[in-house]
Amino acid sequence: MSIVYLVLPLALILVLAAVLAFAWAARRGQFDDLETPALRMLHDDDPPTREPPA
Amino acid sequence: MTRPTSAAALDARSGAARRSTGVAAAPAACAHCGLAVPEGFVDEERAEQFCCAGCRTAFTIIRDHGLDQYYGFGERKTAPVRSTGRSYEEFDHEAFHALHVSRTSEGLSRTELFLEGVHCASCVWLVERVPLLLRGVARAELNVGRSLAAIEWDAGQVQLSAVARTLESLGYAPHPYLGIRRDEVRRREDRAALVRIGAAGAIAINVMLAAVAMYSGVLSNGIEGEFERFFRWVSLALTVPAILGPGRVFFSGAWAALRTRTLHLDLPIAIALAAGTARGTVNTITDQGPVYFDGVTILIFLLLVGRYLQQRGTRAATDASELLSSITPRGARVVDDRGAVRELPAAALLPGMLLDVRAGDTIAADGIVEGGRSAVNVSLLTGESRPVAADVGSQVFAGTLNVSAPLRVRVERAGEESRVARLLRQVEESTRRRAPVVVLANRLAGWFVAIVLVLATATWLVGIGGDSSAALDHAIALLVVTCPCALAMATPLAVTVATGRAARRGVFIKGGDAIEALARPSTLLLDKTGTVTEGRLSLVRWDGPDWVKPLVVALERESTHPLADGLRLGLTDDAAPVETSPVESSEHVTGAGIRGTVAGRHVVVGSPSFVGRQASAPVPDEWLAAGEGILATATPVWISVDGVAVARAWLGDPIRPDAAASIRALRDAGWDVRLLSGDATPVVRAVGSMLGLPPDACRGEASPEDKLHEVETLRRTGRVVMVGDGVNDAAAIAAATVGIGVHGGAEASLATADIYLTTPGLSPLVELARGAGNTMRVIRRNIAFSLLYNVAGAALALTGTISPLIAAVLMPISSLTVVLGSWYGHSFPRQAARSA
Repeated sequence: MSIVYLVLPLALILVLAAVLAFAWAARRGQFDDLETPALRMLHDDDPPTREPPA
Repeated sequence: MTRPTSAAALDARSGAARRSTGVAAAPAACAHCGLAVPEGFVDEERAEQFCCAGCRTAFTIIRDHGLDQYYGFGERKTAPVRSTGRSYEEFDHEAFHALHVSRTSEGLSRTELFLEGVHCASCVWLVERVPLLLRGVARAELNVGRSLAAIEWDAGQVQLSAVARTLESLGYAPHPYLGIRRDEVRRREDRAALVRIGAAGAIAINVMLAAVAMYSGVLSNGIEGEFERFFRWVSLALTVPAILGPGRVFFSGAWAALRTRTLHLDLPIAIALAAGTARGTVNTITDQGPVYFDGVTILIFLLLVGRYLQQRGTRAATDASELLSSITPRGARVVDDRGAVRELPAAALLPGMLLDVRAGDTIAADGIVEGGRSAVNVSLLTGESRPVAADVGSQVFAGTLNVSAPLRVRVERAGEESRVARLLRQVEESTRRRAPVVVLANRLAGWFVAIVLVLATATWLVGIGGDSSAALDHAIALLVVTCPCALAMATPLAVTVATGRAARRGVFIKGGDAIEALARPSTLLLDKTGTVTEGRLSLVRWDGPDWVKPLVVALERESTHPLADGLRLGLTDDAAPVETSPVESSEHVTGAGIRGTVAGRHVVVGSPSFVGRQASAPVPDEWLAAGEGILATATPVWISVDGVAVARAWLGDPIRPDAAASIRALRDAGWDVRLLSGDATPVVRAVGSMLGLPPDACRGEASPEDKLHEVETLRRTGRVVMVGDGVNDAAAIAAATVGIGVHGGAEASLATADIYLTTPGLSPLVELARGAGNTMRVIRRNIAFSLLYNVAGAALALTGTISPLIAAVLMPISSLTVVLGSWYGHSFPRQAARSA
């Protein structure tokens, strides 16, 4: 049972990492618009196209 | 959705000649928007057909840049492009940049534009390809939900006006978005709230895991003291950051409540959090008694979620109305000394400037007409439904609409000094004066807080004679178990669900207090023009043979008078298309009508006296009787052909088709419905009688000030709901208990209204009243449930029989009941049955 002394702090470190990642994502505005990205992924990548005209 | 467009466009792209088959037989579909191409526009030589020049331009731009993938999206729904030919010159003006443009860290300029006509995935795709079309545009990002495009560009390479013109040519007319600065603040608030929720949730779940270990230890054969101690310390170590981080908002809320000497829900929450944490810490150190950490952290998490939901719901509604208000024009066309026309922001106008106001434009400043003759729709200011004639020398006002022909206007008062700005200041003032409605849950919360605090103190004082440590534990157990978690979520959840569903049905509700005020019937004041009626001149009755119609339509094409427009549109609207005849000559008689020769016949269209004077044969006797009903409110127009009076038409402001039924439903539900209008009293009474309203419930000739006064008088004796659309209603809307702005209303009435309706007609009002009543029932049920749980928990705590386990089970159950009750409560019908 004493493995818990190792596992629990490890788990908490993972949680801390997750929280930090979430905070980073939220502060960068990744949750500001929950609607458009779902539509944006429908588009195919641009074909290797012609140069935009000047 | 299968549209002929996609097929046509696909053909066009593969280069297959489509000319040979059925283009002429079936009406061709526009390759850009999919609408039928009018006869004259069909070009047999080409594979793709267009309904207008705008669509052709858009198609060419899209194609030339290799973006024709756009036409492959099944979901695509493009409106026909109506290019206005605007230069968007005002977008490059300094005043505009000072207001709307910011600098990014990379040295680019950045702004947000509100785009009209954004619907779906293909819009995102097309708008975000703007950088490909214009060199110098670094980024274009579209938010579909709010129709806002964020544009970043290099000011050295391209001007914003060029970006705006490109967006317009693609079919998305851009408008400056006014809320940019406050938006930034909100966005930061939103992100901070999300981070708080995330942190609180992660901590709560992990503390719960530790708690499960400890509870199962208690329930089974016991847990080794060593591990129990370890879990307690871990919980403590997790709870402290939860309190200091995400939980801090409750302490600042409680402190603010204390300073203003009010009882707020944050107060017992803060006390419970502090007491629970303090006692738990002591118990952890002394290694005896319950630790309350699981309850404390879960509480923080759930309360934060409830608040976030509530904030988002009300904000979505506010946003929507603000975005709409961005549509009103901010620019004006100024004629300089050399006669050249430039576009300037409305804020840059000065007295003495000469404005060029095109037909269909809104006049940007108060002034005197110097050239041109037109009709001006002033219903925004006065509620008068008939356009007023504007001639050289007449006074026109900012915010009114130039209906029929171009005008040159010399500016007298602009910006803050204009009549409409002065009205808006009144509006602001009445908004400030409005006392906030005390929401049911807040009233209850005050009592609840007081009772819990008294009970907790009593428990502690009574117990202190015996075992003082146990007495403190009981008091804390009481505070934790009665924590108003479910109570705090009861209202926000029900209101969030209701506003969300209402918004999907086109009813935007800005605050929960409006729902409560609408739940019980009271006085309902309706504006007439634009609210009960459609707010535009159209043909209400035609009395005459059909063969006259083509002659009238042809002749009225020669006129720009608003009555002529209404008559022409009314006659051509008929299912049977009108074949027009050639006009050989025509002559306008100001204030009377128009006469001319059409297809060899002498036709006179105009006022009864004008036509009567010129008729060679006597006019039928019954024509001389006054009209009744809707006809009493309408303007009669007579038509004679070759000297014989043959037809009569009435032009008026038609009552909305659902108005009578909606008003009846509201009156049946107990509402005291009244009309309050700036139009002439007989007109208002006539409309009222058609809607089943007694004459004393219809008041006409009410100026904006009169309307405000009426609302304030009524408010002294009870609640008032004001429904209106114009600036002339805005002050009254702001002063009413609940103000409702209707579809197509003016910016000011949208901004001050608590609720606004995006679907035309009055039936949303009925739905709103019904939905509000249902929502209040859901809220009361939620509150009853949560109080029941709290009373049961308090009883257990008072007798000292509560264990941390029972408290931990009770709390989520009560919250869950509230969540389920809100979701399944019938506030507004869940499915959107939106009429177009």
